[in-house]
Amino acid sequence: MKVIVVGLNHKTAEIEVREKVAFDGSKLDEGLLSLRGLPEIEEAMILSTCNRVELYVNVKDPVQASESIKTFLSEFHNVNRELLDKSLYIYDDINAVRHIFRVASSLDSMVIGEPQILGQVKDAFEMALEKKTTGILLNRLMKKTISTAKKVRTETRIAENAVSISFAAVELAKKIFTNLSGKVSMLLGAGEMAELAARHLISNGVKEVIVANRTYERACELARDFNGRPVKFDGFLQEMVRTDIVICSTGASRYVLMKDQMQKVMKERKQRSVFIIDISVPRNIDPEINALDNVYLYDIDDLQGIVDTNMFERKKEAEKAEKIIEEEIEPFLKWQSSLDSVPTIIALRDKAEEIKREEITRLLHKIPELGEKEKEAIEYMTTAIINKLIHPPTAALKEDSEDRDILIATIKRLYGINGEEKK
Amino acid sequence: MGMILFDLLFELALIFYFAATIVSIIELFKDTKVTSKIILSLAGTGFAFHTVNIIYRYVTAGHIPITNFHEATSFFSWCIVLIFFMLAFRYKIKLLSSFIMPIVFVLMLSSSMLPREIKPLSPVLQSYWLEIHTVIAFLGNAAFALACGIGIMYLVQEHHVKSKRPGGLFGRLPSLQTLDELNYRLITLGFPLLTLAIITGALWAESAWGSYWNWDTREVWSLITWFIYAIVLHARLVAGWRGKRAALLSIIGFLTILIAFFGIKLLRKGLHVFL
Repeated sequence: MKVIVVGLNHKTAEIEVREKVAFDGSKLDEGLLSLRGLPEIEEAMILSTCNRVELYVNVKDPVQASESIKTFLSEFHNVNRELLDKSLYIYDDINAVRHIFRVASSLDSMVIGEPQILGQVKDAFEMALEKKTTGILLNRLMKKTISTAKKVRTETRIAENAVSISFAAVELAKKIFTNLSGKVSMLLGAGEMAELAARHLISNGVKEVIVANRTYERACELARDFNGRPVKFDGFLQEMVRTDIVICSTGASRYVLMKDQMQKVMKERKQRSVFIIDISVPRNIDPEINALDNVYLYDIDDLQGIVDTNMFERKKEAEKAEKIIEEEIEPFLKWQSSLDSVPTIIALRDKAEEIKREEITRLLHKIPELGEKEKEAIEYMTTAIINKLIHPPTAALKEDSEDRDILIATIKRLYGINGEEKK
Repeated sequence: MGMILFDLLFELALIFYFAATIVSIIELFKDTKVTSKIILSLAGTGFAFHTVNIIYRYVTAGHIPITNFHEATSFFSWCIVLIFFMLAFRYKIKLLSSFIMPIVFVLMLSSSMLPREIKPLSPVLQSYWLEIHTVIAFLGNAAFALACGIGIMYLVQEHHVKSKRPGGLFGRLPSLQTLDELNYRLITLGFPLLTLAIITGALWAESAWGSYWNWDTREVWSLITWFIYAIVLHARLVAGWRGKRAALLSIIGFLTILIAFFGIKLLRKGLHVFL
């Protein structure tokens, strides 16, 4: 019983290759069942995301199995075998377990600490459970994987700080305002990043969006998108009295908002805090505005600076995460190796039971006049004998010792149990 | 025997507050999940000893134990811890203890160094006004102490946001709005108490000395404090002085209280001879 991982990810394969081998939609069902159907494979699950395709399998012979998995992948997806060989990695034993733990804990992700991967791992496992393609080993491994990933998430700050500009903006807004749900935001101008930031604000509770644009039609269009209200560009200053969060990206070549204008706005809003995000290049808002009390102005470089710092922090946290993972690997491997003795223990018990049955049948045949009470006594006594005889070897097999392999072999030979394992 | 027990209870309270202060300061630098629970249980144990100490002194003396400087400083700290716990359970403000427990500890330490014996109370002061006036005054001052701590937290967080380098405590401190609103709420709690303390003080003065207002040093300082907090509230409502300015003023206000409290003791002048 050995776990191996066969897969490719964003580091080893271009998007064109990843697309080809992805198990998306109905391909997943079919792929999972055919994979499980391979003779070398006892358990299987498939993790397929846009950044990686990985097959987790339990096999008897890793070398043989990985060959047949490669062939399966190339045939199933109709991909050139050489191309696959270049992109695929194969891990077995401790490396396989470590790899699976690292993937689920988001240490192997393109953006370290991104939270989606754990959900994707859970989905992949659930799919495998539904199709009944996993068994004792993978089930236990995946449960351990999920709990380890959760432990990493709670014990390190790997997923804590924003690593994209728009998330960094939302995070700042949350440190200025207690609750975004009652806040009014304004989209001044338009642009991909500005719209993304607005969307993030909305998903974090902002209800009211005002859209101002040089072209009024465009403002109306955007306002429909955000369920907001369009205003004429000249009117934006009046609206600022009510606005708590401004996202500015107008493409103007000079400042559209000056310090003295902002001062008046602040007076009218009784100095209630304003968060202004200026993502335009060149900047559209006089940087001096940040010096005003209760005005917080961030430009694109400020936000990028935060993202860079946070990324660096995540990398530091990743080192802690690696340590947690190393600690979790050993107990799992120990449990896994204890599985090796299970078939022998079962075979030993079966053998003893078989002997007992045979002997009792023979005895009853010889002395048919035995009463119920005597039969019961005989049954009881023989059970006690075999239990007492089996107990020491069973205990020895269960014990976690280095010479377990030798012990298993010895017991099989002494009791005449042949190699075939019972399932 | 009695004195030894007072001392023992007081010392235990001091030790537990000290431990809570140390862990609170550690919490500023090291982010762990358990520290806040440890702090609350240490401060809570200290508070329990402290409460028993005050009750025991009350019973022994036969009146509220705010009649010498040791007792007054100790009762002041007790009020601060009381309001701290109310905030801690109601709002669950992270890191609040790091900005409050040091104040409590310094007050308790000063209290521990002052003479502790219970002296017979001068007949002039034996009145129910003693209880009413002092309790109201210290509760009000304690609310201002909390407002000061929250004000410091505001300034730290404001610095993080303004400087565009959110690091350090940025992630763990509450939002600026939360801190500002809490600061305002504490001042609106402290201000009526302070006003009431001045009124009850005047009534007490009338019944003890026959005149409502004597321009005694403490009276003058309470008036100064009252004006500072009146300005904080007025400026906020009329000119929108919120945020940084409100935070700064609440720190200045509390410093004034401390100067008045300890300064008068050092000068030993005026009618508030016992305090």
